[in-house]
Amino acid sequence: MKTLEPDLRVKLGPMELKNPVIAASGTFGYGDEYADVVAPNLLGGIVVKGLSLAPRPGNPPPRIAETPSGMLNAIGLANIGVEAFLKEKLPWLRTLDTTVIANIYGHTVAEYGEVALALKGVDGVDAIEVNISCPNVEKGGMAFGTDPEIAAMVTEAVLKNTDKPVMVKLSPNVTDITQIARAVEGAGAHIISLINTLTGMAIDVETRRPRLANVSGGLSGPAIRPVALYMVYRVVQAVKIPVVGIGGIMEARDALEFLIAGAKAVQVGTANFVNPRATVDIVEGLKQYCIEKKIRRLEEIVATLRV
Amino acid sequence: MREIKSKVQFNNEVARDTYLMGLKVEDEEFLAEPGQFVMLRLSQATDPLLRRPFSICGTTRKNTILILYRVVGRGTFLMAAMLPGAELSILGPLGKGFRLPDPGQRTFLVAGGIGVAPLLFLASRITKHSPRLLIGYRSQNEIIDISGFDLGGVEIVLATEDGSTGYHGVVTDLLASELNRLGGAPSVVCTCGPPAMMQKVSEICLKEGIPCQVSLEAAMACGVGACLGCAVRNASATDGSYYHVCKDGPVFDAMMIEWESL
Repeated sequence: MKTLEPDLRVKLGPMELKNPVIAASGTFGYGDEYADVVAPNLLGGIVVKGLSLAPRPGNPPPRIAETPSGMLNAIGLANIGVEAFLKEKLPWLRTLDTTVIANIYGHTVAEYGEVALALKGVDGVDAIEVNISCPNVEKGGMAFGTDPEIAAMVTEAVLKNTDKPVMVKLSPNVTDITQIARAVEGAGAHIISLINTLTGMAIDVETRRPRLANVSGGLSGPAIRPVALYMVYRVVQAVKIPVVGIGGIMEARDALEFLIAGAKAVQVGTANFVNPRATVDIVEGLKQYCIEKKIRRLEEIVATLRV
Repeated sequence: MREIKSKVQFNNEVARDTYLMGLKVEDEEFLAEPGQFVMLRLSQATDPLLRRPFSICGTTRKNTILILYRVVGRGTFLMAAMLPGAELSILGPLGKGFRLPDPGQRTFLVAGGIGVAPLLFLASRITKHSPRLLIGYRSQNEIIDISGFDLGGVEIVLATEDGSTGYHGVVTDLLASELNRLGGAPSVVCTCGPPAMMQKVSEICLKEGIPCQVSLEAAMACGVGACLGCAVRNASATDGSYYHVCKDGPVFDAMMIEWESL
């Protein structure tokens, strides 16, 4: 008897992905860096490195440090700027048969709108992911994503300047993440992704210097997975729009935890560094799980936690 | 760049806390240029998590990759305990290597300790040029046994800071004294070692008007230009921009690097 190929497609608000596995921003470059080892067309989507209006050189080194089952990074949002992205990177991305999501950020609410405007109507960018974890220069460097009102303002500024689905990526460095989730949903976001990195630091006790030149950085990797999973679980209860789970997903079983908790899709970040084929291995693992459990459509397991 | 499965063929101590590992790649040819590197996954567990970058120290019979390493942290500690037959995933070859000197160009290779790794690969490729390989150690008990390398034609000169073997002093002083003694500067210098030592080598070369190539090391997560972790400041840019050791290097012209940023 022939086994039916399970259906891995997922609906994500106004979009449909061929499978729920997306490469996370900042870990997959502009998609081409890993093209030698991963066929991008096998992925549900790719989120490109965060784009700002002007190119940014980023922070002084050292920018990364390994910590138990995780890593700290303080890259400083280094990127080529939205203009160079359109000219140098988009033509190749346009040839791909996968969902391309442009991650954007700004230092003022208005700048978010301007980056979104630069991508408006651009063929080859299927959606916008808004990074609200960066410092707000108008508010003394406090992250946009820590205040529900400002998070909503950023969401509105992007929505006003785009014709594309908008996914807002939440910061976990807040007291109650469901408050922020509800605020961006109220502002009209189509999708929520979470979590961004958790703020942390590490010290070299020989030199008594911080291990990152920036002193603090963002923690990612399997160390943050239980935290991320619980936040996803809570946000799924709090909002009606689809949620994308992110945080330390290394293999298919990790992705399944997030799907069962209620995420419609997942993003894979740090795992790409360890296993460049992590995303495609996860797609394959999800397929195998469906076959073993006789699940026809992977979407059937979303939000099926038995409590 | 590819992800390749390999098996440890040997893992021999060649100096105190220093090992030469041979990694056999099954059924594939591994073609690398001197100066390129690999990212090795040292554990299937999540701690330590990231791959570690290593210079390629040589390739033999097209399918064995040599890695010369010193035990400095948890990753290399695990590595030192690996027995023949252990499986390791290799990502590579990565980065830009040395520009090979033209035949007839007199070449000096200047190594600081374990920094000799990529220079041994380079030396083995240009033995016909009779390069001079200067290696500096703190003391003779650190001297790495490189007798297993086929370096016929390469002139090796040692320096120890305590004078226990060879030239008494640091390798950069040895370089300066060799340049004086021999007269007629070499056409090319290639160097790898601690940043302060490479900076000194590049200053000597700048003064003498000798082109100098440096092989840099940096903490990195991906090795392929995606994470942008391995930044090193570009000396000529006015906008404070950075090179990335993994993609733009690891080998750079010494003039390109803002040494104070290292």
